[in-house]
Amino acid sequence: MLKDITIGQYFPGTSIIHKLDPRVKIVIVAMFIASLFFVTSFWPYILVVAFIGTIISVAKLPLKFIIKGLKPLMFIILITFAINLFLTKGEVLFEIGPLTITKEGLRQSVFMALRLVFLITGTSLLTLTTSPIALTDGIERLLSPFKKIGLPAHELAMMMTIALRFIPTLLEETDKIMKAQMARGADFESGNILSRARNLVPLLVPLFINAFRRADELATAMEARCYRGGEGRTRLNELKFRSRDYVVLFSMVVFFGFIISTRYLVI
Amino acid sequence: MIIQLKNVNYTYNPGTPFEKKALDDVNLEVNEGEFIGLIGHTGSGKSTLVQHLNGLMKPTSGEIIIDGKSLSDKDTKMKEIRQKVGLVFQYPEHQLFEETIYKDIAFGPKNLGLSDEEVDERVRNAMELVGLDFETLKERSPFELSGGQKRRVAIAGVVAMKPKVLVLDEPTAGLDPRGRDDILDEIRNLYEKENITIILVSHSMEDIARLVNRIFVMHKSKVAMTGTTREVFSKADQLESMGLGIPQITKFMRRFKSLGHDVKDDVLTIEEAKEEILKYLRSNRDA
Repeated sequence: MLKDITIGQYFPGTSIIHKLDPRVKIVIVAMFIASLFFVTSFWPYILVVAFIGTIISVAKLPLKFIIKGLKPLMFIILITFAINLFLTKGEVLFEIGPLTITKEGLRQSVFMALRLVFLITGTSLLTLTTSPIALTDGIERLLSPFKKIGLPAHELAMMMTIALRFIPTLLEETDKIMKAQMARGADFESGNILSRARNLVPLLVPLFINAFRRADELATAMEARCYRGGEGRTRLNELKFRSRDYVVLFSMVVFFGFIISTRYLVI
Repeated sequence: MIIQLKNVNYTYNPGTPFEKKALDDVNLEVNEGEFIGLIGHTGSGKSTLVQHLNGLMKPTSGEIIIDGKSLSDKDTKMKEIRQKVGLVFQYPEHQLFEETIYKDIAFGPKNLGLSDEEVDERVRNAMELVGLDFETLKERSPFELSGGQKRRVAIAGVVAMKPKVLVLDEPTAGLDPRGRDDILDEIRNLYEKENITIILVSHSMEDIARLVNRIFVMHKSKVAMTGTTREVFSKADQLESMGLGIPQITKFMRRFKSLGHDVKDDVLTIEEAKEEILKYLRSNRDA
């Protein structure tokens, strides 16, 4: 049940998308998110869908994975849809009791729901095609110019790497402890909110104890290998821009530039 | 027959690149009162199999029948199954959470909805069975104890549910020799005194040889061999090809025999070997 969470899950592959420099991918996603907020009409969404579709097919990602990633956020999407649907003023289409649906509301709600869906899929494409290690490497390098103003880029990246590294471990552990307590008759699935929260104690206490123990062990293991932070630290795989990275980055700047410009175009 | 598995299959992450078949057409039967040893290489599917026995994992296909009740039947209550089949996980001390040892052991019986007196009785009993002194330890925190003692508290927590079948997944992993012997003695004690069926997962062929009366060998997600302890350990070559082995003393006796000494080579324990060698030496002297 816990393993169903796909958001932030890496889907291994060898496509050009997988091989792109993570910095390029991060910048593209940032541009993607920004440009989505510039879109005011429906037709640029065709370009957005084409963009997402191309990546999915080139990276050979199974569509099931993408849809599964949307599921946990379905609730938020639905709420956004409902709020926009009922609370936008304008030309009335239907009236159901106190609720009114307007033409503008219908348009707005579909538009906002689509924007959310694109936002989620777009960002999950980054994590699906980039291994967590590459991702944090990319973030570290992108943040390193800010070291001069005191931003601990390496430490932040290291913390992220460790956190990401331990997500599967913690999930596995949660699963295991849950099962162990279920074997002793614990019940995590029924009861009201209060009793459910109380029922989590047998899960959370061991989980925290183990997490602290693990953190302690990891710190010792890092010390034992003379870890002293980022200063003068070299790495096995230096990130390096290749020609394909330049080509992709340039074409994406043009592409998203165009999407942003649609806001100001009159067609 | 208390446990019966029919054509049980289980696949992890079906339909993704991480797909892995963990159980492949597993058929097995366990009778009441048996002491079963479950051996197999790391990743052979033992732990997955064990979690199917009390319904923590549901087979992808196939049927599991516990004490006459099919787990795929909607009317079967999982709580009842989990009471009948007690499962002690690997490193069970990692699941302790209560302030006192008493409360931790009482967690299972309380979940069964028993009266306070009954719970009290069961905690006392369980502590005694695993060799923990009730009066001195009941109010202490489980986190103050040594590794071996913590593990006993965790085992007591399962024993207190009075299961008909007790499944132990590598109960001696990571313990020192003393702790290991103590735990194994207590398990044997449980088997003899409480008359329950035990399934023991272990990597130690010595422990298996000393304790169990029948063995299941898992290999590459299948049950590769079943038989009495002696039958299974007589197939040393086959076991070795699966990355397993036979007890040291059995190995020794086989070698001793191959050097031309007329001894039985299917001994399982040091005591047996001693008897056999003494007998052999005496017969030599007499001749």
